[in-house]
Amino acid sequence: MDTAVEVEGLFKSYGPTEALRGVDLSVGKGTVFGLLGPNGAGKTTIVRILSTLLRPDAGRATVAGHDLATAPHAVRASIGMTGQFAASDEHLTGRENLQMIGRLSRMPADQARIRAVELLEEFDLVEASDRPLRTYSGGMKRRLDLAASMVGKPAVLFLDEPTTGLDPRSRLQTWEVVRHLVASGTTILLTTQYLEEADELADVVAVIDNGRIIAEGTPSELKQQVGGARIEVNVGHPEQTATAVEVLTRVCSQEAWGDFETGTVHVPAEDPALLAKAVRALDEANVDVVDLSLRRPSLDDVFLALTGHIVTDAAPAREHAG
Amino acid sequence: MTTSELVHAPPVALTLGDAISDAFVIARRHLIRYQRDPQTLVFLFVQPIMFILLFSYVFGGSIDIPGMDYTSFLVPGIIAQTVTFNNVGTSIAIAEDLQKGIMDRFRSLPMSGFSVIAGRVLTDLLVTTVTVVFMTAVGYLVGFRITTGFVPALAGLGLLVIFGFSFSWIAAFIGIKVNSVEVAQSAGFVWLFPLNFISSVFVVPATMPSALKAFADVNPITLTVDALRGLTVGGPVADPLVGALIWAAVISVVFGFLVVRAWDGLID
Repeated sequence: MDTAVEVEGLFKSYGPTEALRGVDLSVGKGTVFGLLGPNGAGKTTIVRILSTLLRPDAGRATVAGHDLATAPHAVRASIGMTGQFAASDEHLTGRENLQMIGRLSRMPADQARIRAVELLEEFDLVEASDRPLRTYSGGMKRRLDLAASMVGKPAVLFLDEPTTGLDPRSRLQTWEVVRHLVASGTTILLTTQYLEEADELADVVAVIDNGRIIAEGTPSELKQQVGGARIEVNVGHPEQTATAVEVLTRVCSQEAWGDFETGTVHVPAEDPALLAKAVRALDEANVDVVDLSLRRPSLDDVFLALTGHIVTDAAPAREHAG
Repeated sequence: MTTSELVHAPPVALTLGDAISDAFVIARRHLIRYQRDPQTLVFLFVQPIMFILLFSYVFGGSIDIPGMDYTSFLVPGIIAQTVTFNNVGTSIAIAEDLQKGIMDRFRSLPMSGFSVIAGRVLTDLLVTTVTVVFMTAVGYLVGFRITTGFVPALAGLGLLVIFGFSFSWIAAFIGIKVNSVEVAQSAGFVWLFPLNFISSVFVVPATMPSALKAFADVNPITLTVDALRGLTVGGPVADPLVGALIWAAVISVVFGFLVVRAWDGLID
């Protein structure tokens, strides 16, 4: 497979803090690569290095075939970058911002004008074109930032936490934009703290913690690392937990385990048909069930299994039994 | 989706023409900001009026300048001082760009990094010109008169633009080095007070204690203001003018170099 980004043995320290401790990664052309990790894991450092903003202490990288150390200008001519913070001028209008970026990306004035109009249409900002950015909503500003990173039609796009701080609607809009960009052939490396986001968008996910990639694979490969699906039951009265554990162990022929304080019981269950059997058996045993679901492992579980700590703000994927 | 058919492929190296074009794009951006951000108008117009009115009416009666009325003495000084103060806007603007993400965007574009700063300095040239013309007009309202003629006065304007240009690089250096707008605001001003007060802006250095007088005599602000007085209300021009121009050249080169180094240092 052709690669758009190749990284080997990247190290970076800020004083005594080791931000990156030997990162290798490879991003296939035209794919979305998700870098998943908590705050301070080193995600932003990687993006800053790859977009020529920061020099690594050791290691090498190529972006769109250009070596970062020897051909930074060629790298800049091939990339787009959207950081975590608003990177457009609040006092300029959307159109002025995009035209400015176009001119600074070496476009002649008329081409920069045409490109600005195209992007304003593409990112649904036509009506706001000639208003200063300070009148834009948070979601609109983020869209304009994304549009600005697309002005030079980059082969590789870096998105550092593109949806952090956005309301759910704007987040969905941003996801749409990302899918749209991939469809047009752009390679995207995005960082996120949201497991759901990596799951939704990325073809390959690398989990990063403390400056190291600790796992890499497709979202489903990663999920397999923590085992298959399981039934999760919440009993109304915690004193019935023991009964529920006994019933579920028998029905699923697998050892169930329960939390006697919260009344939550889990049991591995690969066959979805077991769900119905479990419901009947629990009913016959007069166990009062509050919630019952077939739970597929989320990237949250992956992270917990890999690092021993959880990621905040995770939305576990659930399939309710009704 | 509509997409222009031209596939955009920038060349691999920048030319001088690219850098100049980038500087003008950046300068244009800052001028639009001046036009849209009312706060900057306070810097540009309100503060200068205040300075001229306060100093000429409050101090005017008690400061005796041999051979000249205080307003004629003061106005050229205040104009030079205001030029230095206006450059603080450059420290603030650059610090703000660095604090927000826009400087990261510029640095990730196939543009000239030097032009990001040079563009702002270009803006300052225009800001300085506008300031000087405006303040001269305010000076006329309180009795200041150019007695030398149009050409010397125009030379005075040119001198101030050169002077402002050199101080602009100092301001740019401060803007890159500090890490917040707040620090830029105070760091931008704090050194300007002693530099302006221990000079010939408000009084004749001859009246100062010897250590201060020694400092004031070689102060680039003193030399610039003295030359400006000569060019506008009469008096010796050649000596202070040469000194002022040497200072401007030295400051521009030294701080231009420091700016390039600080800019390159952003990558570490």
